[in-house]
Amino acid sequence: MDQISQAVLAILLGVGGMGFYFFASNFLLDRVYAAETQAADRAKKRIRPWLFVAPALLSLTFYLVYPAVDTFRRSLFNARTEEFVGINNYVWAFTNETLREAFRNNILWLLIVPLFSVVFGLAVAVLADKVRYESLAKAFIFMPMAISFVGASVVWRFVYAFVPPGRPQIGILNAIVTSLGGAPKGWFIDVPRPWNSLFLMVVLIWIQAGFAMVLLSAALKAVPEETVEAAKIDGANDVQLFFRIVLPQIRSTVFVVYTTIVIIVLKVFDIVFVMTSGQFGTEVLANRMFREMFRFVNFGRGSTIAVILMVAVVPIMYINIRRFREEELVR
Amino acid sequence: MTTIRREAVPGTSTWDNISIILDRTFRNNIVTSALILIVLLWTLPTAGLLVSSFRTEEDIARTGWWTVITNPHLTLENYQRVLDEADMGTAFINSLTVTIPSTIIPISIAAFAAYAFSWMEFPGRRLLLVFVVGLMVVPLQMSLIPLLRVYTTLKLNGTFVGLWLAHTGFGMPLAIFLLRNYIANLPREIIESAQIDGASHFTIFIRLIVPLSVPALASFAIFQFLWVWNDLLVALVFLGDTPVVTSALADLVGDRGQDWHLLTAGAFLSMALPLAVFFSLQRYFVRGLLGGSIKGG
Repeated sequence: MDQISQAVLAILLGVGGMGFYFFASNFLLDRVYAAETQAADRAKKRIRPWLFVAPALLSLTFYLVYPAVDTFRRSLFNARTEEFVGINNYVWAFTNETLREAFRNNILWLLIVPLFSVVFGLAVAVLADKVRYESLAKAFIFMPMAISFVGASVVWRFVYAFVPPGRPQIGILNAIVTSLGGAPKGWFIDVPRPWNSLFLMVVLIWIQAGFAMVLLSAALKAVPEETVEAAKIDGANDVQLFFRIVLPQIRSTVFVVYTTIVIIVLKVFDIVFVMTSGQFGTEVLANRMFREMFRFVNFGRGSTIAVILMVAVVPIMYINIRRFREEELVR
Repeated sequence: MTTIRREAVPGTSTWDNISIILDRTFRNNIVTSALILIVLLWTLPTAGLLVSSFRTEEDIARTGWWTVITNPHLTLENYQRVLDEADMGTAFINSLTVTIPSTIIPISIAAFAAYAFSWMEFPGRRLLLVFVVGLMVVPLQMSLIPLLRVYTTLKLNGTFVGLWLAHTGFGMPLAIFLLRNYIANLPREIIESAQIDGASHFTIFIRLIVPLSVPALASFAIFQFLWVWNDLLVALVFLGDTPVVTSALADLVGDRGQDWHLLTAGAFLSMALPLAVFFSLQRYFVRGLLGGSIKGG
């Protein structure tokens, strides 16, 4: 009970504090410039927007901008940021054996996960569109989006569970394998690297397909009926219809979904952390960074990995900004 | 796109009509079976977890969960034990303590900012907005080490306040983006007529904008709630030894990775709340998803 009352108090204080700031700062501004003069009006007009955006800008600066700059700085220093080491950490990152393994795995994740998430998401969006119980079917595919990566990892660890041969398997994958006459496998140990990482990737595909499905389904429904009808009259079959008429019209949504998942994949941490802790050749960059931080307490190397992840998202950041500006001009 | 319909045409032979109907049924069957297959594939893993969480320790360890059909022997004991032995109850309350302020604080901050970005004039407005859009994709990893150092100095490590503020900062770009998209598209006349009536920006915001923006606020709230509740990394870095559901579950995997009676019940406990939120408010969540990605032209 004590914990609960503390929690409630904390919530009230935290949320009340914000409300108080906005109310008090606006009240203060109106008080300071209470005079009904043009000068006072102008001053209020100039200052008020900054009262509105100040907390947001402060938190962005403190939690994203300043740390990003500082992380870059630390990547040029040694473990405890005491001694300048130039590009040594970067040399280490690109030559170290396990780091290279992490790079290789991240690239595999990048090649496989976004592609299959989009393919499954698109398949469900197209198929569900043709049946009556569409929203029910979609809810099932969508459901994994609500649960944590940790929860999803436990779900799939159970699917992959291994019992030595001779006893009944409790994991459904090994149960299927043994019922077909095969020997049960420890999927991360018995499958040669790097392909054992596929069993981790499945978890992320399972989660992200729902996301892809929602966006693609909305895009599909926005495809004008006339274009489809016209192609049908011209005798196009289903396959042609999909690839020549529908897909080109939802191309930009496919691209958005794809890049969004790419960013999620780059940062993948929880799944690896929970399922293998990066053992058996399944290391990825984000997990390695976590280990550099807490296990080896090497902030220089940890920061270097973070900077590498950042550099990888820069092209997507550029594309997003360009798209945003184009949309704003249209508005 | 609807089902491709080729209607039976009057005047053609019965045989032709039958073949068209057969063709359509066949096609529908393929669609249905493919869909059912995918749905099964997506649902079975979770179903196995859920069913197992209600089976006895012995049953789980000795037989597959699908044998529950022939041996329906269910119990709530696993839940009792995971609450006692793994301290999942404390973790659950800690998660609530982390999640609720981490959802509400960024909403209030971002809503004010989104209003200013939409309806107030100030120098650098566009540039700042573009900047926010850029920040949306910055990996969290870029922030962790410097913040950890600063938090150590400020003695914020391991505190709830530290975590609320961190989630506020990390969620801010998406919050501003989502809310601004919505608020900027509210009808100009409403705001202008309120201004003519002499209402101040503060009044307009509180009386007009907030009530009108409830759908967008709800979208972001669900997003942020799910994201914070399900987060592991930020909690591990800044909360230290205080367990939340995700870190408690991760610990359980590390310490008792073969105790499936505890793992299944623990996992389901950690999922119950987000699933409930998700399914009751799915509409808002979908709306947020559609508005939250930079749309294609």
